[in-house]
Amino acid sequence: MLTLNSFGIMKILVCISKTPDTTAKIAFTQNNTKFATDGVQWIINPYDEWYALVRAIELKEKDPSTVIHLITVGAADAEPIIRKALALGGDEAIRVNADSHDSFYIASQIAAIAKDGNYDLIFTGKETIDYNGSSIGGMVAELLDLPYISLATKFDLGGTTATVVREIEGGEETDSVSLPVVVSCQKGVAEQRIPNMKGIMSARTKPLKVVEPAAVEPLTNVVSFELPPAKAGVKLVPADNPEELIRLLHEEAKAF
Amino acid sequence: MSVLVFIDHSEGHVKKASLEALSYGAALAGQLGTTAEGIILGTVTEDLAALGKYGVKKIHQLAQESLNHLDAQVYARIIAEAAVATGANVLIFSNNLSGKAVAPRVAVRLKAGLVSGAVALPNISNGFVVKKNVFSGKAFANISLNSPIKIVSLNPNAFAPKAGEGQAAVAALSIQAGTAKVKVVSATQATGQVPLTEAEIVVSGGRGLKGPENWGMIEELAKLLGAATACSRPVADAHWRPHNEHVGQTGIAIAPNLYIAIGISGAIQHLAGVNRSKVIAVINKDPEAPFFKAADYGIVGDAFEVVPKLIQAVKKLKGIA
Ligand SMILES: Cc1cc2nc3c(=O)[nH]c(=O)nc-3n(C[C@H](O)[C@H](O)[C@H](O)COP(=O)(O)OP(=O)(O)OC[C@H]3O[C@@H](n4cnc5c(N)ncnc54)[C@H](O)[C@@H]3O)c2cc1C
Repeated sequence: MLTLNSFGIMKILVCISKTPDTTAKIAFTQNNTKFATDGVQWIINPYDEWYALVRAIELKEKDPSTVIHLITVGAADAEPIIRKALALGGDEAIRVNADSHDSFYIASQIAAIAKDGNYDLIFTGKETIDYNGSSIGGMVAELLDLPYISLATKFDLGGTTATVVREIEGGEETDSVSLPVVVSCQKGVAEQRIPNMKGIMSARTKPLKVVEPAAVEPLTNVVSFELPPAKAGVKLVPADNPEELIRLLHEEAKAF
Repeated sequence: MSVLVFIDHSEGHVKKASLEALSYGAALAGQLGTTAEGIILGTVTEDLAALGKYGVKKIHQLAQESLNHLDAQVYARIIAEAAVATGANVLIFSNNLSGKAVAPRVAVRLKAGLVSGAVALPNISNGFVVKKNVFSGKAFANISLNSPIKIVSLNPNAFAPKAGEGQAAVAALSIQAGTAKVKVVSATQATGQVPLTEAEIVVSGGRGLKGPENWGMIEELAKLLGAATACSRPVADAHWRPHNEHVGQTGIAIAPNLYIAIGISGAIQHLAGVNRSKVIAVINKDPEAPFFKAADYGIVGDAFEVVPKLIQAVKKLKGIA
């Protein structure tokens, strides 16, 4: 189990995932079993970058003794992404050298690193925009027996107590929790930033440690992918007769 | 062997998403030749036995008021213990905000494979394969769960609740609730509004509406249709509307029966959050707006002229004024 690190220095671990760009064409190969990566641009998962990482950087700006580690579970082709993240901020990065399997596998790798890292805070993004699992944070927390605050929209620190606003069904909740804690971040936690030249230059020399994965059996696997059926095409209603749209939605589409 | 369905509630009421999960669990139990049961932590004002009409035979309840605030760690421990005690080998959650907080923790405790965002019943003809939404609504993946215990987290609005006949037996769980490490300082519920992820109809506005002062007609149309309101990202970024209305790839993903997009261009990142809507109607003054390619119905026209007429038409249809 994690305990608060005793050096009085805040240590933050930010989980970073590599995802296809939001405009990437989604297609599959090998009999619909693999994502077609040809021509795909890769980015830092937006939630990890805009919210989790930027909030960690803001905390370090307030208290420069803060140490930020980034972690990604991925093959060598994830390195440009982790360097991009380091260009925004963070002191060093860890890459667990493994092809990504299921959420449980990834969470287990992160927990294995975090267990010995004395982190006070572990940040993840709300979900990845490719797998849409939203489960890494909760799994990491359970593996480490830590509290988990999901879908935070605000995060503040006072000493070793965090005050977090999170989205709940139909509203929001303000929570107070002693560190260490795992938090998944979404819009509101921070504002997106653009890396500057100084950041990009310094990222090149920041330590990037590659570690071999822990032996973990994934519990699920992808059998195949499918694309949604194509739409039949739009039925246009003349602008001077909007009543017709209501009639069609009501009688033809039976939408209400 | 049984299917255990997590029942989420707030303000004394069982969530609609949980009725979907109950129906899904019951249908799955039918496939597997076993029975479905429910588990609820905390207290509600409605009659739990009546949930039997969704096909569950028994509901396990830990009726402690302290559990009315969902704490992921506390909940996960109780649910995992209950799953073991009741011999459940499949657990069903709704993939709503509560499910996202709790299901991953339960999965770790039970060493159970988890599929979050399921959109259909599992295919059990060869193993246990669940279709889930991936790439932000742009594709589906069929995921095989290979562990003895399996957890499926069902996307809201993906499976219609089916009410029939029947009463469930309600049994008290004898599990220690435990204390939460997270202290809830305050909680606010947006009352009187339809929650976005549960809404069957969503009326959404974009930058084409020019400013927050023009949202009156969006709200009026939404109210008449019993719909929730949503918006595009720049609208939320400019604080014309609250952040929790932002739909899309980096906002909330929704799948209502009807999505009405007004003054929204239909950028790929916007579509990623709404493309699972069953019917999409688009109102945009630009005939080249990409949204028309993803739409079922459309009007090429000025929102400020079209929407008031839509409001009149709905009023007429509903016999108001
Ligand atoms: C990484 C990334 C993630 C993103 N995530 C999201 C996301 O989650 N959600 C999201 O929405 N966007 C997202 N975006 C932004 C997205 O690319 C678009 O910029 C955004 O959706 C545009 O919003 P809009 O349609 O409201 O505005 P605009 O693109 O400005 O479109 C306004 C539309 O209104 C129409 N219009 C103007 N006046 C009228 C009128 N009087 N009557 C009728 N129609 C009118 C115009 O013809 C136009 O089509 C993301 C972008 C990036 C790069």
